Amino acid sequence: MKAGVVVFPGSNCDHDCYHVLKHVIGAETVFLWHKDTDLQGVDLVVFPGGFSYGDYLRCGAIAKFSPIVSEVIKFAENGGHVLGICNGFQVLTESGLLPGALMRNRGLKFKCEYVNLRVDNSDTPYTNMYADGEVIRIPIAHADGNYYIDEEGMKELEENKQIVFRYCDENGTAEDDSNPNGSLGNIAGIINKKGNVLGMMPHPERCAEGVMETRDGYFLFESIAKFIGGCK
Amino acid sequence: MSVYEKFGFPEVTAEAAKGMGLSASEFEGVKKLLGRMPNYIELGVISSMYSEHCSYKSSRMHLAKFPTTAPWVVQGPGENAGIIEVDSEGLCVCFKVESHNHPSFIEPFQGAATGVGGILRDVFTMGARPVAAMNSLRFGKLDKPKNRQIFEGVVAGISHYGNCFGVPTVGGEVYFNSCYDGNPLVNAFALGVVQKENIYLAKAEGLGNPVIYVGAKTGRDGIHGATMASEEFNENSESKRPNVQIGDPFKEKLLLEACLELMKTDYIVGIQDMGAAGLTSSSFEMASKSGSGVRLDLDMVPMREKGMNPYEIMLSESQERMLMVAKKGYEDKVKAIFDKWDLDAVVIGEVTNDGYVRLFWDGEEVAALEAAPLADEAPKYNRPYARGEYMDELQRLPKVDAPSNLQKVLEDLLANETIASKRWVWNQYDHMVRVGTVQLPGSDAAVIRLNESEKGIAISSDCNSRFCLLNPYEGGKAAIAESARNVAVSGARPRAFTNCLNFGNPEKPDIMWQFVSAVEGMAEAAKVLETPAISGNVSLYNETEGKPIYPTPTIVMVGVFDDVTKRIGSYFTSMESAVYLIGENTGYIGGSEYLAAVHGYERGDAPEVDLEREKNIIDFMCDAADKRLVKAAHDVSEGGLAVALCEMCFGGDNVGVNVKLESGIRADALLFGENHGRVILEIDVNNAQVVTALAEKYNLPISKIGRTCSGLIEIANKSEKVISAKVSDLEKIWKNSIGDRMK
Repeated sequence: MKAGVVVFPGSNCDHDCYHVLKHVIGAETVFLWHKDTDLQGVDLVVFPGGFSYGDYLRCGAIAKFSPIVSEVIKFAENGGHVLGICNGFQVLTESGLLPGALMRNRGLKFKCEYVNLRVDNSDTPYTNMYADGEVIRIPIAHADGNYYIDEEGMKELEENKQIVFRYCDENGTAEDDSNPNGSLGNIAGIINKKGNVLGMMPHPERCAEGVMETRDGYFLFESIAKFIGGCK
Repeated sequence: MSVYEKFGFPEVTAEAAKGMGLSASEFEGVKKLLGRMPNYIELGVISSMYSEHCSYKSSRMHLAKFPTTAPWVVQGPGENAGIIEVDSEGLCVCFKVESHNHPSFIEPFQGAATGVGGILRDVFTMGARPVAAMNSLRFGKLDKPKNRQIFEGVVAGISHYGNCFGVPTVGGEVYFNSCYDGNPLVNAFALGVVQKENIYLAKAEGLGNPVIYVGAKTGRDGIHGATMASEEFNENSESKRPNVQIGDPFKEKLLLEACLELMKTDYIVGIQDMGAAGLTSSSFEMASKSGSGVRLDLDMVPMREKGMNPYEIMLSESQERMLMVAKKGYEDKVKAIFDKWDLDAVVIGEVTNDGYVRLFWDGEEVAALEAAPLADEAPKYNRPYARGEYMDELQRLPKVDAPSNLQKVLEDLLANETIASKRWVWNQYDHMVRVGTVQLPGSDAAVIRLNESEKGIAISSDCNSRFCLLNPYEGGKAAIAESARNVAVSGARPRAFTNCLNFGNPEKPDIMWQFVSAVEGMAEAAKVLETPAISGNVSLYNETEGKPIYPTPTIVMVGVFDDVTKRIGSYFTSMESAVYLIGENTGYIGGSEYLAAVHGYERGDAPEVDLEREKNIIDFMCDAADKRLVKAAHDVSEGGLAVALCEMCFGGDNVGVNVKLESGIRADALLFGENHGRVILEIDVNNAQVVTALAEKYNLPISKIGRTCSGLIEIANKSEKVISAKVSDLEKIWKNSIGDRMK
């Protein structure tokens, strides 16, 4: 697998994703500058967390007009794998690669903490090393992670098993008490219908090594690396 | 009409000088130094350079008492930030703490945000990439709406700036005391990583080299901010809101990336951030440090608005700006890098060799001042100091009755905002970005690994300002000792500190006495503990309507790990471990949170610090951590032994503790006294003998006080049960207290 991490001027988890992909997973990894249009033959594009262009407007709203995003849209339409984390998820919904929208957290504040996630679909390129219903602990860090979609859209997500992660308690129950930001249906991450574009608010790259609080995020990267193949 | 005359500046008089913060004698001194009357632009420049904030005129002679050298110190005080070496291969960390108190009172959100921005620039100006931020914050009590508003705004401002910039805010301290009612303290700390050979300094060398302005455009914000920060507050302070700068963390992120990219090349000679007193201090400091001179064409400076004049440009404190000196002929290469990051980079002058900073407008000289005398020979005062007469009364320990229900006292202390969990605060900070945070906030020290290696550092910020009020000398010692102890308790070797000395009006002898005594106490502790001061700042005139804050010399101590996997957390990790106490309970309650919160007395001499004992604790902890003998460790501070034991149970795993003491001390004093030199350890029972022997090797008293258990906190003295509660009940009180008050 060759991975590319997109660098917007305000990306700040670009270095973290690069580190995990390259040094922990062992994948050939490059940075993709936002003003460039060459994807350098990567198999996986990662939109990392951060504040793309400052995000003083709606998060990710300017990023969708950048040269690199137009190329990534084409890449995804041709079946290329795209992972959006946090601000990257916001870029994916703003650019139309994923349905729905991410609004201001219901508590109105930035929130950074470990949360429990339930894996609701382990049959994706990104989650094949987890089990359905497994509860994992991965941190969030965002002010705008409150997922919204209209009724029809939600029905479609449910029918196509597109909801991949939900916020839950330690037993896997996804109720309001364990919802950190007000997301509809406790949604933390979704995949597109075709199954090649995943967006999630939590940060798996922050818990992918033994020295961290958990190592639960490692398996997401390992899943996609195995799926695409050719690492290490 | 000359260019200068066209601006129509007011006449330069003693009155005008006073309006800019220069005293009559300082104004006379200026005239003598120049041998003439300064013009209006020059007067503005000089008054900024002479402000307490820039010149340290009241504090300089005392700051010289700090030890500042050690084999591992690469850069001591005097640059934008200090630097120590972490390993033998040149891996260094660069750090500093700085106050932004005055702006944060006037406009909490922007004041705190730009405080973070300023300290980050201080670090990356040296060539270091910031990898950790912390804050020491002090507010009035939360029952007053105004204090809640300031607290909310300051935390939001720090969160806004740090999160967007992409530096993890990994910890800090938050204290609440009514002495900060009209004068909150916001001390921002940042730490960066740099290889020794890649360090940059503020230099303006090489005749004819271009002076380049980079970053955001200059506006009218923050004019005379440094002067404002050198005055007391009164009812008119809010009208100074325009003196507060506005921060743009996204712009700063661009500036960081562009500067670090540039620093990998050999295009530049020196670089200096434009912080307090903006273009004035950056140009004068660079010129004076290099013994050169600088010519600036001020009409070339990128401006945010039309009609700005040289006076405003020199004194603006607009954020996210840098001044650098490039090698001649490399101007276009420098510009290309800044273009990539969509930032301005404009040549605004050149390096000269006549020792002067000369300011031009439309090609005509509008001001000329010699750099070195202004930068280095600003006024220096040996202000009179004397112990306040009220000290005798303050130091007298009142007699208090023992409360009948000590468990209720414990619950009240856990809910006390100074002791309660600061989760509400650090949940708003991104504390994990850059995947270096290997110890989440809430422990005694923050622990960061460096460059994804096993090398790491521990950071702790401390100052018990009540101790400093009651005995500034012992309080100063305690601030150093506690911060070093916290670093050591996490398993790291304390190496150096940075400080932010927040005091009242130094023109009052009793305040000056607090300052001098605290500095001497800190210096003494720093010598014994072998932790030199490598950077810092002084914030005086922290008074509102003549009421001073408690003396608050904030210390941020940095320690080093060779192997960060040997770090020790503060929470009990498992059941059926042995619990040991290093040090002794003396039952002294003077200056304690207990005496203040429960009995309403902020009285009694501060507890004495035994520095030999503290040094031994540090050596013991480093040794024990290296041998992986300790499962958890926590120092005893605010709230005493009982609170420290509870805090160790609040790691979320419902591990409790059963403690049996055998002491003749009255129960309330035993549980809540705050004497120094104590650490609680969680030890695997199989290691008990080894640990005991190790403690004895370091001449430390050690005693087994109990064991960990499931879900209960029980403390008994001489078989009398004094505390018996569920971990979950107490944890809930401690964890939710601040969040509930802020709803």
